Amino acid sequence: MIDWLAIFSNAAQEVISPTTAAYALAALGLAIHFGYTGLLNFGQAGFIALGAYGYAISILSFGFPVWAAVLVAVGASVIFALILGIPTLRLRADYLAIVTIAAAEILRLIFTTNTFDALTGSASGLQGYKDGFAALNPIPPGSYGFGPFTYNAFDWWIRIVGWTLVVIFAVITWLIMRSPWGRVIKGIREDEDAVRALGKNVYSYKMQSLILGGVYGTIAGMIFIMPRAVVPANYQTSLTFFVYAILLLGGAATILGPVIGSMIFWVLISFFSGFVARAVEAGWLPFMSQVQAGQLRFILVGVAIMLIVVFMPQGIFGNKKELAFVK
Amino acid sequence: MSSNVTPTSKPVKTTGLHVGDAGPGCRKVDPILIADSVKRTFGGLTAVDVEHVEVPRGAITALIGPNGAGKTTFFNLLTGFDKPDEGKWEFDGRSLAHVPAYRVARMGLIRTFQLTKALGLLTVLDNMKLGAKGQSGENLFRSLLPFIWRKQEDEIDAKAVELLGRFKLDTKKDDYAASLSGGQRKLLEMARALMSDPTLVMLDEPMAGVNPALTQSLLDHILNLKSQGMTVLFVEHDMHMVRHIADWVLVMAEGKIVAEGDPHTVMEDPAVIDAYLGAHHDADLGATDTEHVEVLKELIDDEQ
Ligand SMILES: Nc1ncnc2c1ncn2[C@@H]1O[C@H](COP(=O)(O)OP(=O)(O)OP(=O)(O)O)[C@@H](O)[C@H]1O
Ligand SMILES: [Mg+2]
Repeated sequence: MIDWLAIFSNAAQEVISPTTAAYALAALGLAIHFGYTGLLNFGQAGFIALGAYGYAISILSFGFPVWAAVLVAVGASVIFALILGIPTLRLRADYLAIVTIAAAEILRLIFTTNTFDALTGSASGLQGYKDGFAALNPIPPGSYGFGPFTYNAFDWWIRIVGWTLVVIFAVITWLIMRSPWGRVIKGIREDEDAVRALGKNVYSYKMQSLILGGVYGTIAGMIFIMPRAVVPANYQTSLTFFVYAILLLGGAATILGPVIGSMIFWVLISFFSGFVARAVEAGWLPFMSQVQAGQLRFILVGVAIMLIVVFMPQGIFGNKKELAFVK
Repeated sequence: MSSNVTPTSKPVKTTGLHVGDAGPGCRKVDPILIADSVKRTFGGLTAVDVEHVEVPRGAITALIGPNGAGKTTFFNLLTGFDKPDEGKWEFDGRSLAHVPAYRVARMGLIRTFQLTKALGLLTVLDNMKLGAKGQSGENLFRSLLPFIWRKQEDEIDAKAVELLGRFKLDTKKDDYAASLSGGQRKLLEMARALMSDPTLVMLDEPMAGVNPALTQSLLDHILNLKSQGMTVLFVEHDMHMVRHIADWVLVMAEGKIVAEGDPHTVMEDPAVIDAYLGAHHDADLGATDTEHVEVLKELIDDEQ
């Protein structure tokens, strides 16, 4: 028989999981890029990887304290954004897409290759970088919570820090997007020549946007590695597409969209994979093996993205009125 | 057509703008914009090849010429949206060569586009506010602290609403610019250009697609700009309009300035007739040529 309670409680846990927080923050970064500025960044996985590796390497190889490791990761991400942006932001939007997708893959391959094994741990990745972060935890050891939401002190600590960061960056994004700065940014999305003709340095604004959204991704990367190890295979291009799926689900030019989108995305993923895995176990799907069942969720994600784009292109929080004018 | 517009009042023409004989490239008493041997080619085609031209300050100058004469390309070159193969040009005594478009705009030279660029998914009001310059809230760090820019924002807001009122767009201020009609977008673009209090406004076909009732008020706006001390350079195909408001006319054909002068004398210049009939002087009068003949009639037509 299928254990529905386990499926539902696992799915419910995703609402506040650190992974959900990480994806929400990464999607918020993409909202700045794509939703507000119109920059096609297909390399968000690269920014996330820089957060993961920048933090882990700083701690493991250089013995940096937490704050310094965070600064190193953010600094690396700013440099990465500059390298991507300087040659491409003067060109048409699609060039940035090509360059970012390639650059993120290059980063992942650099982290995977044996050449830098001493630093990156190559394909097997890195672990053992959590002590500094755990030491900052003010919660006394023990188990807290109720029902499915029962965690130990460290797990609560990750969730609290992760979601606090999401809230802080969501508020920052909301503030800047309703300011004159945000007006210029949205103007650039509509027609950058018109904005240029009004005396705004479009190139500089696009660069600021790329850096800012990239840093969101990098901070997301640091949240992402707290409940798991750093493994290069996690930072494939598909990661960027999942983040895009969340963004489109929630609404590209919205603040709540990426956050709620991430929750819905992960609850659904957990529900489907839990259901399919147990259904296979129970013999409901005799044509399918356990391994195939594991892959099925990604197929479902793909189908879901297509359905969203076709039937709800503005996303959950997007403005329907805008849609009337999208060409 | 907008040609039927009867002027409500006869505008005051500015005269005595040039030094010596009026002719292609003649000197002006007080030029605001000077271009020297500005050349732009597209492959084998020479789109612009202007030897010398000066735009008089404080006056309304019209740039006319047949389709494909290079007027828009010349606008793009002057405003930093395109780079010439060679040449130098200056605005208000400052060289503009290699100056990026946004800096040209900050110097006080604002242009509009022939193909209107309304920012569709911004409201009409936001379109306007974007035009204001020196906004402290446009800095990323200051944007986080609304109390720094709130007061300036309110001033910009008031100014935008006032301008929108003059352009009869105030009822639309909270709508997306994408919902405006073509003519309304022209109006919005012009109003937006004025948000920065420019010294020189360059309008690329501001009247195209604007209905006759509005044309008159648009003309009044342009005349108003002059009385406020601004200089206007505009491209226009409607000769009645040119004659009505322009103090000076530049005629462009095949990339060159072929004639210039005050609106009455320039119309009698044979070079202008050549410019419009071009090489196919003796050829069949096709559809476009009949249009040109029409233009010529307007040109030669004496002002009432
Ligand atoms: N980007 C471009 N590439 C190639 N040729 C161009 C380009 N832009 C303009 N041209 C050519 O340069 C010439 C001048 O074009 P331009 O747009 O300046 O004409 P115009 O005087 O503004 O005409 P109209 O009155 O029709 O707007 C035309 O022959 C046009 O085909
Ligand atoms: Mg043109």
